[in-house]
Amino acid sequence: MADLKTEFLGIFSPNPFWLASAPPTDKAYNVNRAFEAGWGGVVWKTLGEDPPIVNVSGPRYSTIQSNDRRVIGFNNIELITDRPLQINLDEIRQIKKDWPDRAVVASVMLPMNEASWAKYLPIIEDTGVDGFELNFGCPHGMSERGMGAAVGQVPEYIQMATEWAKAAASVPVIVKLTPNVASVVPPAKAAQDGGADAVSLINTINSIMRVNYDTLTMYPTTDGMGTHGGYCGEAVKPIALNMVAEIARTRETGSLPISGIGGITDWRDAVDFLALGASNVQVCTAAMVYGFKIIDDLVDGLSAFLDDKQLTFNELVGKAVPSVTDWQHLNLNYIEKAVIDQDLCIKCGRCHVVCEDTSHQAITNRLDGERHFEVIDEECVGCNLCVSVCPVDSCISMQHLTAGSDPRTGNAITDEKLTWTAHPNNPMRKSD
Amino acid sequence: MAGNEQIRSGRLSKAEVDENFADLHPPLTRSEALIEADRCYFCFDAPCTTACPTGIDIPGFIQKIRSDNLRGSAHTILRENVMGGMCARVCPTEILCEEACVRNTHEEKPVEIGLLQRHATDPVIENNDQLFQRASASGKKVAVVGGGPAGLSCAHRLAVLGHDVVVFNRNSKPGGLNEYGIAAYKTIDNFAQTEVDYILSIGGIELRNNSALGEGFELAELCDDYDAVFLGVGLALSNDLGIDGEDLDGVVNAIEYIAELRQTDDKTTLPVGRDVVVIGGGMTAIDVAVQSKRLGAEQVHMVYRRGPEQMGASVFEQALAQTSGVTIHHWASPERMLGDGHVTGVEFAINDSDDGMRLDADVVFKAIGQKMDGGLDSLDIEAGRLVVDIDQKTSMDGVWAGGDCVVGGDDLTVSAVQHGKIAAISIDRYLRDS
Repeated sequence: MADLKTEFLGIFSPNPFWLASAPPTDKAYNVNRAFEAGWGGVVWKTLGEDPPIVNVSGPRYSTIQSNDRRVIGFNNIELITDRPLQINLDEIRQIKKDWPDRAVVASVMLPMNEASWAKYLPIIEDTGVDGFELNFGCPHGMSERGMGAAVGQVPEYIQMATEWAKAAASVPVIVKLTPNVASVVPPAKAAQDGGADAVSLINTINSIMRVNYDTLTMYPTTDGMGTHGGYCGEAVKPIALNMVAEIARTRETGSLPISGIGGITDWRDAVDFLALGASNVQVCTAAMVYGFKIIDDLVDGLSAFLDDKQLTFNELVGKAVPSVTDWQHLNLNYIEKAVIDQDLCIKCGRCHVVCEDTSHQAITNRLDGERHFEVIDEECVGCNLCVSVCPVDSCISMQHLTAGSDPRTGNAITDEKLTWTAHPNNPMRKSD
Repeated sequence: MAGNEQIRSGRLSKAEVDENFADLHPPLTRSEALIEADRCYFCFDAPCTTACPTGIDIPGFIQKIRSDNLRGSAHTILRENVMGGMCARVCPTEILCEEACVRNTHEEKPVEIGLLQRHATDPVIENNDQLFQRASASGKKVAVVGGGPAGLSCAHRLAVLGHDVVVFNRNSKPGGLNEYGIAAYKTIDNFAQTEVDYILSIGGIELRNNSALGEGFELAELCDDYDAVFLGVGLALSNDLGIDGEDLDGVVNAIEYIAELRQTDDKTTLPVGRDVVVIGGGMTAIDVAVQSKRLGAEQVHMVYRRGPEQMGASVFEQALAQTSGVTIHHWASPERMLGDGHVTGVEFAINDSDDGMRLDADVVFKAIGQKMDGGLDSLDIEAGRLVVDIDQKTSMDGVWAGGDCVVGGDDLTVSAVQHGKIAAISIDRYLRDS
């Protein structure tokens, strides 16, 4: 089995799976259980100044579920730790002593004045933590007090606070970014400019889950009133992957190490983050939905995958980054058509109806009076909608046309690449 | 049926009988229904809908279960099949909607459409939640002969369309075979009457029980007194075997015994034979065989003159009989009943051979089909059933027919409901044009 022992910023852990700063890492009891289950590290739930904040004693979480109540999306309004700092420090010190081979990183959230950072970071570092993660991401509650996402949305603040942290800390500093921004690259660049050793992303996304259909108030509420929370879980993974890839493929930020976060539930999700540029990953929601035991599949699945692909862990990191580009660089001469495997087709007709109603009228529904679903190459634009809705795995595939002409346009198939930047229809095209 | 020491009541305790006659397919819980509803692929031009004789928009009603819109789901069902509640219980879904489900191709396990349909319709029918509104009164009056599925379906649709209806029902209770014929464990807790009450609650339908055609009124009178007539008279008489010994005591028409079983308050009081032989291969044969076994008969043999593929009973029903302890014999035809005064056995010829078979019997049930009662000789009849066109019109102007009494009827509740619906739509057109 491939070795998953990893080093991130000089911090070693037996595997690249850390529990993210969140309720699962709130106290020693949970962290002990996590390490017993096999987690490689934890980012301790965010520490703040004393006196500690107060959390609501009502619903802090809610979910979007399938009909069989599988959790798809998750929302929370819990704030940072609500325990006195000293209790947390004592527990961290003990945990680090009991689990010397595991990574323990302290998440911190402090007001925007240098004195606070200078005061608290050395105290925390004295527990033996392996690093700091600066929480510039939480979008609810703390942001109203000028911290969390309120910092993460302003690159200048990120750089300033990162500089303060770096000045006060001797262990590595990771800056945790908020996705509640137009582009994640400027915040990442600011963190880098402030001296951050790495960024971690994403934190949660501003969200309201739904309304209560009986009371027609938002749901859930605390004493009849609600507030937006932070959205996470499987549903946010694509948003997180894009942001990770954006940082990884941007020249100025491309060498900044990334800890990937956002909806990781099984080992394949981890492969996504790693291949798109993260060099370790953090998990929260999946553990909050299924418990710590999911680490078995994460470790086992990733290890087997690396064996299968004959890759080392470090070779996987960033492997897919070169395949991510801007739309304008896509080859417009490249033609694919959908092909339906008639032996696998169960004749539900979903591909037909969605193509007929919402796309290009490119799939039949009858042949000689019988239900029969087949792609009409003269109409198919290769959009992949049919593949996306087909309930049967591998029944519909996309086939690349390599010779002849495209039956839809009549244009000859060519190996010659044509991007929008050079396309004749583009009034801004660059002349060769 | 008494008169033989082997025929007696109380073969099983009340608790055993209650367990044996509990709901054959218990209803889904809300969680079960939501999970099962999620399995529906929402097919284009759904094969299940095509396979449903009443054309219920099955993906449509399942989608509404998924979204907790049960009332809307029930309306989607009942607007095509007002007996959607009963059909959810008694339809041979394994040869109709569920056979057509594309999940069979994917994983050999169809969506449980019948149970989902029951989940959607039960609350509406049990709470008498009226989902239909009558059109403004047409001033027309239609006679419906027969209070079974065909007649009640026709009456309901006519009432919705604004016509007044009188239903002439030969029995003391409405519902036809839903009330008197179907196996008790398929429709527990008096559901047949609850459903009829729901159907009648639309208004505009006058029900006259104990009113059989030919017993006080004739078709010609109805044609004179009403603007249109619908005949849903069913097949009231049992076919005879035409063999020696058929008149012995203990040789019984299955439908009569089932009717008695359905109407009794305490099934432990029913007379049950020790050795029971059922002749026939349809649903009625299965129903009487299984129910006899569940009432405590020791040996129940079901004998059919052809093979399993030709049986009117579905594969599921055949399996139900076998797992209930009924022995099924194929390719054997009854030659004669044995006995002196009371039947003691049946002799069979084994088809395409010189062999014979003899089964002991203290009760023999005849379940070889029914035939129409007389009184309709003025209409075109083929093979004992009324000839109708695609609008369920008979050969006589102003007279429609449907259900088991018409040519092409397949003896299913769901088909009878469809006949009644189609006839009502045709009658409505006729009345508005005239």
